[in-house]
Amino acid sequence: MSELTLKTGQEGTTAEQFRAYLSRLRAGDMGALPAVGALLVLVALFGSLSPYFLSLINFANLFVQAATLMMMAAALVFVILIGEIDLSAGVTAGTGMAIFVKLQIGGMNWILALALAFVLALATGWVIGTFVARIGVPSFVVSLAFYLAFPGVMLWILGDGGVLRLEVPEVSAIMNKNLPAWGGWVLLALCVVVTTLMGLWDRARRTKAKLPNRPIVFLFIKVAGLIVLGGATVALLNMNRSQSVIPGNEIMGVPLVIPFALVILFIATFTLDRTRFGRHLFAVGGNPEAARRAGIKVARIRITAFMVCSVLAMISGVFNVSRIGNVESAAGKSIVLSAVAAAVVGGVSLFGGRGRLAHAAIGAFVIAIIDNGLGLIGMSAGVNFVVTGSVLLIAATIDALARKRSGGSIART
Amino acid sequence: MSVPVVQLSGIKKSFGPVDVLKGVDLVAHAGRVTALVGDNGAGKSTLIKGLSGVQPYDEGQVLFEGQPVELNSPRQASALGIEVVYQDLALCENLDIVQNMFLGREEISQTTLDEASMEYQAALALQSLSVKTVKSVRQKVSSLSGGQRQTVAIARSVLRAAKLVILDEPTAALGVAQTEQVLQLVRRLADQGYAVIMISHNLADVFKVADDIAVLYLGNMVAQLKTSETNHNEVIGYITGISQQVKA
Repeated sequence: MSELTLKTGQEGTTAEQFRAYLSRLRAGDMGALPAVGALLVLVALFGSLSPYFLSLINFANLFVQAATLMMMAAALVFVILIGEIDLSAGVTAGTGMAIFVKLQIGGMNWILALALAFVLALATGWVIGTFVARIGVPSFVVSLAFYLAFPGVMLWILGDGGVLRLEVPEVSAIMNKNLPAWGGWVLLALCVVVTTLMGLWDRARRTKAKLPNRPIVFLFIKVAGLIVLGGATVALLNMNRSQSVIPGNEIMGVPLVIPFALVILFIATFTLDRTRFGRHLFAVGGNPEAARRAGIKVARIRITAFMVCSVLAMISGVFNVSRIGNVESAAGKSIVLSAVAAAVVGGVSLFGGRGRLAHAAIGAFVIAIIDNGLGLIGMSAGVNFVVTGSVLLIAATIDALARKRSGGSIART
Repeated sequence: MSVPVVQLSGIKKSFGPVDVLKGVDLVAHAGRVTALVGDNGAGKSTLIKGLSGVQPYDEGQVLFEGQPVELNSPRQASALGIEVVYQDLALCENLDIVQNMFLGREEISQTTLDEASMEYQAALALQSLSVKTVKSVRQKVSSLSGGQRQTVAIARSVLRAAKLVILDEPTAALGVAQTEQVLQLVRRLADQGYAVIMISHNLADVFKVADDIAVLYLGNMVAQLKTSETNHNEVIGYITGISQQVKA
């Protein structure tokens, strides 16, 4: 085999790689930086305005509050990447949870009842996807129809009271119980091991293909960053955050929802980045006609994307019902729009084909912190909505300007 | 001369009452660039769509490397080694060069995409065509110039182990320097042993790069000439229908 003379973007010393990164930034390819920047600014702002914001209990609370939104944002990323939208993701989750709680109260085994909720998710995703991909109805309209219809279904299920209590301790535990202290450290160790192994695996494959690798110091930096940030988070969450001074009333440990969310986000990211389905999803979002000519079954990819979206949304619904402890007939109506905002703040393009799941997760944190922080400094819900809307507009504008600079076209075919 | 890679004889195709192709013959040899010229509506696109399996011919024989073959779907054509680079290139701008070159035929190892292997092969395919202008094979297509995109699209057909590469107006949207680059690329493609059919409206390009010139006029192949034995005026004569050549 002959030597490669073409560049692959991974050769060069650490300094050269760093300069290349800076020039990408200048060219408008900012990735998650705007969202991370917004995150830091908001933390500093609310931290200085409210003594309570940086307290241990609120720190843990933020993770729990953000988890539901983060999962919904992850769900929407799958459809936004193909240039579609699913407004009904929230109410689908709400309806699924209504079915779950109703059946469980009626005496059904809770695991079976929960499984039925996920069957509903798969079916709803398939129906929406089929209307969009096979019949050609715009996804905005199809999902709007479900958005209007499902609250009605919830009303039938929930009856006159309109509210049903969750009585499954296993599900309540997700949002209300914590890992023991050692569990948090094991979780962090697992994250470090997986990150390191995947980094080394990629390097080994490149070496085997006789391709240059980035200086290994970049992997060290990544793992070191994970250890420092993750270690600090686990250490803080493992401290007693209870306001009570009575012995035995301590609250400590990593909230149980965190390992759940991490595993699901890992699987979803892995699917998007490392599987054929993920690649085809991006291709369909970028240029459906090119994807079709390359032999990709475009309709099937679209339908699958809607099904994945509904399933992830249902997980978000489980998180929600676990936190709130009940289901009511308007469940999931407002979260979808916040989740779209989270994705856009995280740099996921509504035109399709561009964006990363992890960035949408950071976007979800931004939206969750605005909600949490404004509440703590005593602002009304009205202010909260206005600020959230403004942040969304700013994020979308940054995205549009960055795209203009990088010379990419926003035209869809 | 050796067995042609593709030999069409008596190809007919009509859409309702309109006969678009009225018994066309065409030969393309390995290592040679065959330019397909003709005025709008002469049947160039219809002829190419048949070869690529998109719109099967009504009548006529297709010999591929001397064997009679059926071309009823793009998949069949692709399996034989016929690749078409359309004018709109069919690239995903949001993906990088490697991802585009392997789109729809991604390589998998250990249950995941084998990015390293694909990157190596893509770089090798581009190198084999002496492509030097791309900064990195991991550049997004949205950051490439028109000529570079054409290059990626052509290299993709090379990667797919094509024997016959059909180029639809490869220089139509390009500036002077980029046209020159793409023409050189077309030449190298043939020099490496691929049979190339190039549709073009630009006779200057045709005379620069083609070995043979096939002229369609109103659904008839009025001439298939060696470039070295003809000139602009003769070809224009055939294209406009002023000259007629009796078919063999």
